[in-house]
Amino acid sequence: MRYFFSFLIKNHFFFLFLLLEIFSFSFIIKHNRYQGSKIINGTNQVTGSFFTGANNVSDYFKLSAINRELSEEIAKLKTTSINQINIADSIVIQPDTNYRFISAKVINNSTNRRSNYLMLNKGSNHGIEADMGVVSNKGIVGIVIGVSENYCTLMSVIHKNAKISAKIKKNLQLINLIWNENSYKNGTLTDIPTHINLKKGDTIITSGFSLIFPEGIMIGTFENYKTDKGESLNSAVLNFSTDFNNLNYVYVIQNINKKEQIKLTKDSQHE
Amino acid sequence: MNNIITKNILRFIVLILIQVLILNNIKFDGYLNPYFYIIFILLLPLETPKWLLLVSAFLLGLGVDFFMKSIGINAAASVLVAFIRPGLINYLSTGKDIEPNMHAGIKDFGFRWFFSYSLVLVFVHNFVLYFLDIFSFNEFFITFYKVLLGTAFTLFLIIISQYLFTNMKNK
Repeated sequence: MRYFFSFLIKNHFFFLFLLLEIFSFSFIIKHNRYQGSKIINGTNQVTGSFFTGANNVSDYFKLSAINRELSEEIAKLKTTSINQINIADSIVIQPDTNYRFISAKVINNSTNRRSNYLMLNKGSNHGIEADMGVVSNKGIVGIVIGVSENYCTLMSVIHKNAKISAKIKKNLQLINLIWNENSYKNGTLTDIPTHINLKKGDTIITSGFSLIFPEGIMIGTFENYKTDKGESLNSAVLNFSTDFNNLNYVYVIQNINKKEQIKLTKDSQHE
Repeated sequence: MNNIITKNILRFIVLILIQVLILNNIKFDGYLNPYFYIIFILLLPLETPKWLLLVSAFLLGLGVDFFMKSIGINAAASVLVAFIRPGLINYLSTGKDIEPNMHAGIKDFGFRWFFSYSLVLVFVHNFVLYFLDIFSFNEFFITFYKVLLGTAFTLFLIIISQYLFTNMKNK
């Protein structure tokens, strides 16, 4: 026993190194498996306040870009409201009141890794919960995975574990979106039936089947096929409409009837 | 002695903040990102106890990880760098006398020594960081290319900071 201890002390540098690496790797593996783990939530409040401080400074340099984005958004809203009035003249359409939008600001954002996260300046105090979808005025952004009182963390759409139900706008064919590209500009479309013929520039939107994103939110446009031989379903490269490297204001989507929908799904599975 | 400890604690905090608040926002082409905070381990005093070297590297990495939501990745890479450091210093310094008051920097060891010292450690750090992030060797060459670019960028900042923040005049 004495020899064992003297051996440990003699090689303490190596054993301490081993111990710390084991700690680190257990963190990595745990974190990989459980998205939105306690670690993310527990540190949100602290890291959030730091990011807010830094954000207040960097905001001044982005004012003109933000202004332009907002005026574009207003223009878009005005067009849609005029179109709606025209439709309402002939047919009565009930507006979809299932979703509510909460505006929030991006205070931290990463694009350079395989697991990319964003942080927003709104949290449970503002009605944000886990599993809510987040969009920008250009397209989808991510999904809320961790909430603290005043901040929330998103898993970006450009995250290796992100999988989003999408569809092709022109023929409503259901497909899936994942991200295993090396660039934040492109995503991967999977499960495209081989008989479907896509052309460059075809629009891909959300399917609305996931309870997280409403139907018809812009994801991006088709770029080209990836030729994976011997597979019955094609996969393809997509150009994101969202510029993940330049996100300022986003909207968190609250699905008001989500609980009811989940309950209904569960009930029907029991039958 | 106390002076050195306070200096290093301050450096520890400032480097984490610089990394997460400023450098992480530099994203050339969306992915090229310098991991400059590792300079903390490079510049620790030569007589730092070995266990303290490892523990401070672990805390440094974990601190950065909390902000980047990449729990464990930066910690693992930093601890490995701290583990290699004493052996590397011995290997590079054969034939040179290491005096008690010397600092691991360009001023005391010269440009060539410091360049190869930083090159090895920064490369190891970037290599571990990028491959742990991807967690597979599937796209080895693309990832390796990113490691090389990241190493070059970080090394550039480290060398520049040596000239900016140390008094180069002879003692």
